[in-house]
Amino acid sequence: MKSKSRPSGGPTRKPTIKTGAQIIVDTLIEQGVDTMFGYTGGVVLPLFDRLYDAPIRFVVPRHEQGGCHMADAYARASGKVGVVVATSGPGACNLVTGLATAMMDSVPVVALTGQVRTELIGNDAFQEADTTGITRPVTKYNCIVKDVKDLARTIREAFYIASTGRPGPVLVDIPVDVAVTKCNTDGSTEMKLPGYRVRAKGHAKQISTAAKAINESKQPVLYVGGGVISANAGEQLRTLAEKAHLPVTTTLLGLGSYDQRKPESLDMLGMHGAAYANYAVQHCDLLIAVGARFDDRVTGKVETFAPNAKIIHIDVDPASISKNVHVDIPVVGDAKVILGELAKAVEHRERKRWFTKIAEWKKKFAFRYDQNASTIKPQYVVEELCRQTKSEAIITTGVGQNQMWAAQFYKFIKPRQLISSGGLGTMGYGLPAAVGAQVAKPDATVIDIDGDHSFNMTMTELATAVEHHLPIKVCILNNGYMGMVRQWQELFYGKRYSKSYLSNPDYAVVARALGAVGMTVEKKADVPKAIRKMLKETQPCVADFRVEREENVWPMVPAGKSLDEMSGLDILERLI
Amino acid sequence: MKHIISALVENKPGVLAHVAGMFAARAFNIDSLVVGRTEDPALSRMTIVVVGDDRVVEQVRKQLARIVPVVKVQDFVGQPVVARDLMLIAISAPPDKRPEVLSLIEMFKGKVVDIGQKFVMVEVSGPEEKIEAFINVCKPYGIKSVARTGTIAMPRHAKADVRAVQTPEAQTGQ
Repeated sequence: MKSKSRPSGGPTRKPTIKTGAQIIVDTLIEQGVDTMFGYTGGVVLPLFDRLYDAPIRFVVPRHEQGGCHMADAYARASGKVGVVVATSGPGACNLVTGLATAMMDSVPVVALTGQVRTELIGNDAFQEADTTGITRPVTKYNCIVKDVKDLARTIREAFYIASTGRPGPVLVDIPVDVAVTKCNTDGSTEMKLPGYRVRAKGHAKQISTAAKAINESKQPVLYVGGGVISANAGEQLRTLAEKAHLPVTTTLLGLGSYDQRKPESLDMLGMHGAAYANYAVQHCDLLIAVGARFDDRVTGKVETFAPNAKIIHIDVDPASISKNVHVDIPVVGDAKVILGELAKAVEHRERKRWFTKIAEWKKKFAFRYDQNASTIKPQYVVEELCRQTKSEAIITTGVGQNQMWAAQFYKFIKPRQLISSGGLGTMGYGLPAAVGAQVAKPDATVIDIDGDHSFNMTMTELATAVEHHLPIKVCILNNGYMGMVRQWQELFYGKRYSKSYLSNPDYAVVARALGAVGMTVEKKADVPKAIRKMLKETQPCVADFRVEREENVWPMVPAGKSLDEMSGLDILERLI
Repeated sequence: MKHIISALVENKPGVLAHVAGMFAARAFNIDSLVVGRTEDPALSRMTIVVVGDDRVVEQVRKQLARIVPVVKVQDFVGQPVVARDLMLIAISAPPDKRPEVLSLIEMFKGKVVDIGQKFVMVEVSGPEEKIEAFINVCKPYGIKSVARTGTIAMPRHAKADVRAVQTPEAQTGQ
């Protein structure tokens, strides 16, 4: 991008003498930061001293990983850049999982880390780690600032890079001597990014080729990923799908981009996606991928993915196009702009036969579970949550079965409603994510649908929620197992449940010990009442649902199989 | 197929690590990678030789372009380019064999840069094939050690003229 079209570095102010730490705080405020997450430590003391009376809400997690997930979820819920701070060495190392999570799901996060004094770098100093070296593969960009004069510009660049194009985490490493050095600054330094270009507008000819393909298609499917949500293109997606009359399936991260109550919605596709979505993809003649990256959990066996389809791929990241699957009509650019253009260019088609076929699949292979079971089925808890919150809550999840049931049985109606670690699959994400989301959306109902073992990983963050009076709700679908691992062991390893269960604490007691409300739900009949009570709580609340222990997630595309080779369809059909 | 990829990168710490790390993380194989300064002190040029099918090389090109401090990426495949390697090679050359060795060096337009009792050190530059050929002809005499730079390359400017003339060099991309 040319420098003239780039926002210049803030209004020109009179030159003043500032320390590096003051420059950091001033630049953060200039970038619109009013909320930060982070943990203090030796080399970030100068920065934390400046934050002492800065007009920024600061949330301290119990562990830097939690802080990074909070910043990530804050960004996903609000659409703003999430900011996290950590000290050098262990602090920075603890961010790695959080950064990788944000990287895989393209979430705009800026991480600021302290570093040992410049002259000590490379000497194995106390709490020294090669932070830029360690985090390079898990960030969109990172750098170390060794001259205080570069500090303001670098932080501006970090926000710009994190939030534009395909978003992602950016880390800026700041040695402590840079933070205390004084610098005469007028606050207006231009960004210098000769290698960074953002292609917003799509190629006009490609867009008209795509529109023509859509108009000619008899059996099209829109396949939508998280890119539509990060581009704030939900409105444009709806217009396109309604105008051209296209069925819409989404990835896990795309859930919420299209109202799942609408008849065109095919819900989620992929390994544990809806059978009707998978069938539609395998039978379509045109697949319109938007802001999605043909992940292996989506495509199944890639050679037989959408075998009869011409593929249109709209993505802001050129490297995502034709990476896993050959694309016939690539369109590089911002989903909002391109979907808007495309909606103008397409014509309405009835596609009656296609929609009739889809309706048959939908009826036959709807997500189902045994409603007559005497035990608490985990799906029932999610369904009841959806019913009582009228599909309007923000849902965060752990990773595994809990995450898949949340995706299958909660019906999402608007973007930024599901906050889940899709790409990296980070267990322990749900609770800190709920904290971050609630900080971003104080008036929303935020529910963490979690697994017992996912919750075990980061449960100390409950104390963070208590400290900040965040009324998050944690629903633990407690089956006593690492459920998804157990499911694979049952199906593929002869039920040898190797190391996939731990002895769990009494979560209600843990919750109370940390200052939250805790309850245990053991009877199916108590589920609606418990959820009602939980939703009324103004304090963080943990509900430990003792669910059916060996329930499986169906349908399932076993690894290496085609999307239409799903297991468990017989189970779904028997439950009709 | 062998592709010569040229990347103009910002001359900043960590860029080489970023590029090398990307190749390793995405399991792309590098034949050679050369970094050096350019006419602009703010920029360095990396010349990377990659072997792979078109899809792999297209990904390499896109993933390189995605790295923030990478300013420009070109794949020279199918273009007339000048591609050169530089080699220093120490060849066994006892007095009785020395005239033969020297005549070989002469044939390859090599330059003797150091001479000892048993060995001569020779500087040879040229297309990779020429370097390989020189190594092969030296083998019978005994090679003590070899140091090679890897390929650097630049597209020919007079592209249209070169195509029209169809010189053998232009056809083979050398």
